[in-house]
Amino acid sequence: MRQRGRRSIAWTVGGAVAVALLLASAGAFTARAADPIKIGFGMALTGGLSANGKPALLAMQIWKDDVNKKGGLLGRPVELVFYDDQTNPATVPGIYTKMLDVDKVDLVVSGYGTNLIAPLMPIAMERKLTVIGIFGLANNEKYRYPNYFQISPTGPDPATSTATGFFELAAKQNPRPQTVALVGADAEYPQTALVGARELIKRHGFKTVYDKTYPPSTVDYTPIVRAIKAVNPDVLFVASYPPDSVGMLRAAHEVSLQPKLFGGGMVGLQFTTVMTSMGPMLNGIVNYDYWVPEPTMMFPGIQDFFKQYQPRAAKEGVDTLGYYLPPYAYAAMQVLGQAVEASKSIDQQKIADYIRATEFTTIVGKIKFGKNGEWAKGRTLMVQYQKVQGSDIEQFRGPGKKPVLYPDELKSGNIIYPYSAALK
Amino acid sequence: MFSWELLANALVAGLLLGGFYTAVSLGISLIFGLLDIANIAQPAFLILGSYAAYVMNTAFGLDPILTGVLFTPLFYGLGVVVYRVYYGSFERRGEESLRGLVFFFGLLFIIEVSLSLKYGVDYRLVQAAYIGKSIDLGGVGIAYRLLVPCLVGLAMTLALYLFLGRTFYGRAIMAVSQDGPALRLMGADPIHIKTIAFGIGIAAASLAGALLITIAPVIPSTDRDYIGRMFAITVLGGMGSIGGTLVASVILGVIESLMGTFFGPSWSLAVSFGILLIALAVRPAGLFGR
Repeated sequence: MRQRGRRSIAWTVGGAVAVALLLASAGAFTARAADPIKIGFGMALTGGLSANGKPALLAMQIWKDDVNKKGGLLGRPVELVFYDDQTNPATVPGIYTKMLDVDKVDLVVSGYGTNLIAPLMPIAMERKLTVIGIFGLANNEKYRYPNYFQISPTGPDPATSTATGFFELAAKQNPRPQTVALVGADAEYPQTALVGARELIKRHGFKTVYDKTYPPSTVDYTPIVRAIKAVNPDVLFVASYPPDSVGMLRAAHEVSLQPKLFGGGMVGLQFTTVMTSMGPMLNGIVNYDYWVPEPTMMFPGIQDFFKQYQPRAAKEGVDTLGYYLPPYAYAAMQVLGQAVEASKSIDQQKIADYIRATEFTTIVGKIKFGKNGEWAKGRTLMVQYQKVQGSDIEQFRGPGKKPVLYPDELKSGNIIYPYSAALK
Repeated sequence: MFSWELLANALVAGLLLGGFYTAVSLGISLIFGLLDIANIAQPAFLILGSYAAYVMNTAFGLDPILTGVLFTPLFYGLGVVVYRVYYGSFERRGEESLRGLVFFFGLLFIIEVSLSLKYGVDYRLVQAAYIGKSIDLGGVGIAYRLLVPCLVGLAMTLALYLFLGRTFYGRAIMAVSQDGPALRLMGADPIHIKTIAFGIGIAAASLAGALLITIAPVIPSTDRDYIGRMFAITVLGGMGSIGGTLVASVILGVIESLMGTFFGPSWSLAVSFGILLIALAVRPAGLFGR
């Protein structure tokens, strides 16, 4: 009797375990069908580049929300897995290894900026990943890795991309400027931009009268600006990061440095806080840009994007207008999403093949990738700050304050030349 | 490219920069130089001062430097609290050397990250009537943006110099830096004196932070640019010497400016630190060290 009792208990327990296992496996099965597609990346959320990293992340999150509202990719929801790379390239290999091996992400994109993309390249090549780079300059020039694509519109020749429009504009002015001063920070992007500028100076037959670099931690730019004023150049090309862009511009006003054409590759003047703080001091500067609210730049979907971005950015304390990087970060995700949907797969090679062969329609216009994964045709804009008054942010929301001067097909205004005329 | 006018301008710009560097380094000269506390977090208090100036400037249109002055009691209080925690947790137990360093490192990151979370990571600037304007004195241009911080830096130096030399508490701070136990025998409490000195050091950093944001835009991680400069100036000037801090700051400022004008700004920091190394080889105690 006792034995029988035990046996029945054993049967009951065994049966319960079997049912539980069956239920669990069924549960696992249904869970797999709705498993999210994980897209992983490191992003500069603290450190020097976080002023751009955070807005980029916000744009990517908006894309994720948009996609999930429409039912996700391949019927699966999308999940972003990201870590703070602290603007420190040394953290990048660890972050991506963890995401691939522990978090098991399906796809990756890069973090923001040239220096943070560089350490990702060897990992991407070793693991045969498809990578969309977010604003890196010439990262694939040496590797020529076929499954790398770059969302910034610098085009097939990244080194000269910043300076091309600037010097073409210079060459068109009447009377034609003759002498050029070059100045930039001792850091990767400015150095590359200066290499490009030197090549273009040769091509256009200008004469270089000053060509120097400075350490990025410089506090006072007055001595540099004075040295430039002493050689009296017609054109001043500056390749700088945000603190130096502000420092150079303030010093130029204090010293009354007034070349005929001033600007080129000054990073930071595109940021909302810098624009509103510098106000009229920006007038006359001809600088590169990627997106401005001009009629020629209103691609389908871009206004909807800003309608979502700007209120969220204000709440999170990141770039309020978000014209510089966010639309491109969103577009990078659009490219990846469209490639997944069209190739009906999360296979790295199939996605890369599709991206290489296709022209994409995104909120920053049509994108076709070419040599080294850069845009087949570059589209770095040259804009000029005109009639900026006071520090009101509203003035920058509409057209007219930063008309596009270059390229011709997107032109929305005329240059005020020389620089001094724009200051009046 | 050489001209006397350019040289005069470079020298003046260097002096102005030196005045600002003095303001930045006075606090650490007191804390590291006199109290021997390796407060790595000092530049974070500098940036905290910058953000105080930024917040008051954007919210109420208050002048950044006036904010800096008004906020000094608050930062003095903050310094007192930080020192009390540091003393209670490390110094009292004789664990200040390595663990204390880790404590200040942690503090640096906490301040930096808190600022990032509260105010975001955008570059912050302030508005003031004198920013972007300059006066011309016989061909030598002086930017108000640099002149005002320089004058404030000099005033701070003078005030601290007089305080340390002429007042009871000032002399007590000098005494505690030389011999704490002896001070105790005289009936004074070295911990109380050190607390006051630490508070003053943090207040000085916060005021210098207000000067910084009038000169250049600031983000929470700007503090890292100043760690090297602050400690280099303190060591070059001679540990704890207020006059030495002023002289070392001016030397660094003038070298940076001259290099920037005549030889290429790339070299300015390398030459400044080269001179620091040579000075230390010749005078290991620094220029005015005891």
